[in-house]
Amino acid sequence: MLMIDCPWCGRRDQSEFSCKGEAHIARPVDPFALSDKEWGDYIYTRSNPKGEHAERWLHSQGCRRWFNALRNTVSDEFIVTYKPGEARPDTSAAASAEVSP
Amino acid sequence: MSQRYRLAGAGRVDRSSPLSFEFNGKQYQGYRGDTLSSALLANGVHLIGRSFKYHRPRGIMASGWEDPNAQVQLESGGHTLPNTQATVTELYPHLRATSQNCWPSVEHDVGAVNSALSRFFVAGFYYKTFKWPRKAWEPLYERVIRRAAGMGKAPAEEDPDRYEHQYAHCEVLVVGGGVAGLAAARAAADSGVRVMLLDEQNEYGGALLGSSGESIDGMDALDWVASTVAALRENPKVTLLTRTQASGYYDYNYLVATERVTDHVGPQPTADQPRQRLWKIRAQQVVLACGAIERPQVFADNDRPGILLASAIRHYQHRYGVLPGKALVVLTNNDSAYHTAIDAAAAGVHATVVDVRPAEDIGAADRARKAGVVVLENSAITGVDYRVKRGIRSVAVHRLSPDGESLVGGAMHIDCDLIGTSGGWSPTVHLHTQARGKLHWLDEHLCYVPAQLGGNSNPRRSAGGCNGALGLAEALAQGHAAGSDAARDCGATTASVSAPAAQSNDFTLGKIRPLWVLPCEHPVGMGKKKHFHEYQNDATVADVQLAHREGFSSIEHLKRYTNTGRGTDQGKLTNVNGIALMAQARRQNVPDVGFTTFRPPYTPLAFGAVIGQNTHDTFIPARPTAMHPWHVEHGAVFEDVGDWKRPWYFPHSGESMHDAVQRECKAVRASVGVLDASTLGKIDISGPDAVRLLEMVYTNAWQKLAIGQCRYGVMCNEHGMVFDDGVTTRLGEQHFHMTTTSGGAARVLEWLEEWLQTEWPDWQVFCTSVTEQWAVVSLNGPRARDVLAKLTDIDLDEESFGFMRMREGQVAGVEARIFRISFTGDLAYEINVPARYGRYVWEQVMEAGAEFDITPYGTEAMHVLRAERGFIITGQDTDGTVTPMDLDMDWIVSKKKPDCLGKRSWTRSDTAREGRKQLVGLLTQDPEEVLPEGAHIVSKVLPKPPMEMLGHVTSSYYSPNAVHNGSTGRSIAMALLKDGFARLGDTVDLALIDGRHVRAKVVKPNFLEEAGDA
Ligand SMILES: [Zn+2]
Repeated sequence: MLMIDCPWCGRRDQSEFSCKGEAHIARPVDPFALSDKEWGDYIYTRSNPKGEHAERWLHSQGCRRWFNALRNTVSDEFIVTYKPGEARPDTSAAASAEVSP
Repeated sequence: MSQRYRLAGAGRVDRSSPLSFEFNGKQYQGYRGDTLSSALLANGVHLIGRSFKYHRPRGIMASGWEDPNAQVQLESGGHTLPNTQATVTELYPHLRATSQNCWPSVEHDVGAVNSALSRFFVAGFYYKTFKWPRKAWEPLYERVIRRAAGMGKAPAEEDPDRYEHQYAHCEVLVVGGGVAGLAAARAAADSGVRVMLLDEQNEYGGALLGSSGESIDGMDALDWVASTVAALRENPKVTLLTRTQASGYYDYNYLVATERVTDHVGPQPTADQPRQRLWKIRAQQVVLACGAIERPQVFADNDRPGILLASAIRHYQHRYGVLPGKALVVLTNNDSAYHTAIDAAAAGVHATVVDVRPAEDIGAADRARKAGVVVLENSAITGVDYRVKRGIRSVAVHRLSPDGESLVGGAMHIDCDLIGTSGGWSPTVHLHTQARGKLHWLDEHLCYVPAQLGGNSNPRRSAGGCNGALGLAEALAQGHAAGSDAARDCGATTASVSAPAAQSNDFTLGKIRPLWVLPCEHPVGMGKKKHFHEYQNDATVADVQLAHREGFSSIEHLKRYTNTGRGTDQGKLTNVNGIALMAQARRQNVPDVGFTTFRPPYTPLAFGAVIGQNTHDTFIPARPTAMHPWHVEHGAVFEDVGDWKRPWYFPHSGESMHDAVQRECKAVRASVGVLDASTLGKIDISGPDAVRLLEMVYTNAWQKLAIGQCRYGVMCNEHGMVFDDGVTTRLGEQHFHMTTTSGGAARVLEWLEEWLQTEWPDWQVFCTSVTEQWAVVSLNGPRARDVLAKLTDIDLDEESFGFMRMREGQVAGVEARIFRISFTGDLAYEINVPARYGRYVWEQVMEAGAEFDITPYGTEAMHVLRAERGFIITGQDTDGTVTPMDLDMDWIVSKKKPDCLGKRSWTRSDTAREGRKQLVGLLTQDPEEVLPEGAHIVSKVLPKPPMEMLGHVTSSYYSPNAVHNGSTGRSIAMALLKDGFARLGDTVDLALIDGRHVRAKVVKPNFLEEAGDA
């Protein structure tokens, strides 16, 4: 059972949250300027990485606010949570420091 | 003779409290402090049950949760617990238990014929046999074989016991109350942090309870345990839980443990304590001190009752004063088992050690011989003379060739009635691996130990036996260090208490010899003798070799092919043997074949404990409406809609459901009916960008909607598919009242919030759920206006209050919003009042309507009435693959709006193609034939499936109001049908699940007009 840091409420039990899929997929400004393939990518294609994944979470049993999180899909660890509209945090420096020789 | 294997004056049982108990219908005596297994062994009972596949007699092997065989059916009736482990069942007065897996009795078991057929029951038997012909599945495979190979019986009655859940938090959680765990808890507690100490047994001490001759800090080791526990009890920040098994270790240090609160006093339906309590613990730091489990050796017929782990024999001797034999043979490949022989010899038992190692590798031989133990080096047990009635009579022993793979010379027979076996020790790493910890193979100890910390979301340490520390001093030192380090990592100051010091001359492993299977006269798998590497699922060395030959040589395949480690014991004794045997078959080293994943729970959990208080009335919260008590008083039958309780229909006395629904439907069309529509989802939407939001989430236009006007809308997801619908009303320039389906209220609110928070955060809109703030009385039928007119001063004539309008005013003296909207197609008013007036206004409406025969109706009539007019229910007539166009609702899609959610998807090639399923009405040729919902429309009826499917029935009812050949009353249905709109007027075939075929005409779904029947 994970512990998740809601950017508004603080650390809470996973049972208060719902995962809402990949983050940073902006709705196209003009959907009709897109080909079927491009629109299909927007609604269907997701990255599904092994490792660090940016995803949306909803504090559904708490403040009911949405936020983003970087989670490691292998270890299930939450690396950082941040508010919608904020850029995806760069963890490359921290990650390379953790790599053991 | 009663308890003839009980030693005088030994053990920790209470001799002043004799208890009688029953096993398989026979009465026995034991003492308070016994387990069921120690009491049975005291009475010379080894035979407990029959094995799963071959029905071989099996007995007690161990003294704890690791035992694979000693499972019984405890008690009977609702209290019964199948697969109960005798080794951890504390004896209580009049305990009753029976054997499992045998019929008619454990001594005379019909299923033992399976053993004679054993060549058919090899590994993979189930996978190979349970295939075609399918006809044989149910009558033969399931009933006969499953029954013969069953485990315990599930209770048929309701469980009378109470269970509860408890949450807890602490800084340092210590799992295991042996020396390492106690030292850890003591060190952590001394630093001032909150500590929880869990132990599965009824008293602390762990392995010390089954040994002797050790001391700590200058006192007898068990006295040190007692004084340490006493000091911990004094500390208010320490929680001590005995009889508590941590069985699951989940992420972020969340552990689940079962406390057996009253199991040890037996069935007590009136007890004020629960039977079990499930703890859910979140800890900052965890110290695992779970100990180690001895591994049996794999030799010919190593599963006979009377063969125990060497350490278990010693445990029974010292903890319970039970030594269940008069002549003992211990088979070992390491030094630790010598303690068992030495202590047994001291109690007057004739003891022999058969050691597979050469003399120069044995460190314990001299001390053993001095104690009177016979030591045979370089030897192995090659056969066991066993009879069900008389138990073990002797063993055959051969000398081993230098490589240990063959025998030298002839057999020597040693008379004995008890065998101890030791193949080394396996640290209990289960919780460590559940916490995603990795393992490391220690070749010099032949065991897996926890590797470096894996991941930092589960901060934890392993100490003592589960970390490979088998000696007392090492276990104490590791426990102390782990406890103080854990406390320090929680921010505590360093412990001032110093590490306890041990005085011990115990043997640990010495120089252990890896002989994973001991040879006998025949090669493994030939002859009558079996070499079991896994007891509970009856898997033998020959099965491992077969799995390897058939290509199932991955350790994960082996696990599934032979069921190794998949029983209720999860292979606690035997996993490493299975892995090592596969390594041998593959000619690899043990760590190269990998390790199967241990999954929770470590020990079986009772369903009752998992369920806790979530049962009966407290299973799920119920949402009643404000009018609910009236419905109850008037005999409503209720339907669950989400968590809501809604009246389904209101039967008069003696009336069937069908008759009640027909009467309600007729009454609405003839005069007036009233529905409690309070459950309708309601969302208050306000703000400068409210219209902008509606324009995006609905498919139609909202800019020009006047204040006081209502409009129906459907919502689509970005795939262009309909997912909810409802009526939204403009209350003010920037203020709207949205309604949703009863089941979709939460989903729609979340949908609005998702877009507002993540995509359009600069839009200024507030969305507030007001579902429970408003009670809704829905008046329907030609006399609806007459009823309402009696209760309100609002002008109801068509001019001032037309269709799709909302008016505010008083109803029965209560401030109300009245919406003139209709889900029946008839004249209708939805009266919204503050929920606290809901019942009052409902009663006023009923009174005012009495002269018009007002009829309360439920959700079933509501469904029929809306279907008569072809109104959809999202989620019933739609299923997430249906666009507004598929519903023949092009009119609700704005052509002028530049964009709305889902709009772009309607022009995708798949959404725009020909041949999509479209919503139509169906009229069966026989008007009395009501189609089952879900029935398939097929292109051509064939004698049997498969048939080409064109669509399916989504809604189907008998309608008393539908028009048919000039009269009323007939079956009506709606269906999603391929190219449905092009098939209007056609006749289609439906293949029903009962094999019948029905024909129906495709029509527009409006069944109140004769035209539909044309
Ligand atoms: Zn929150």
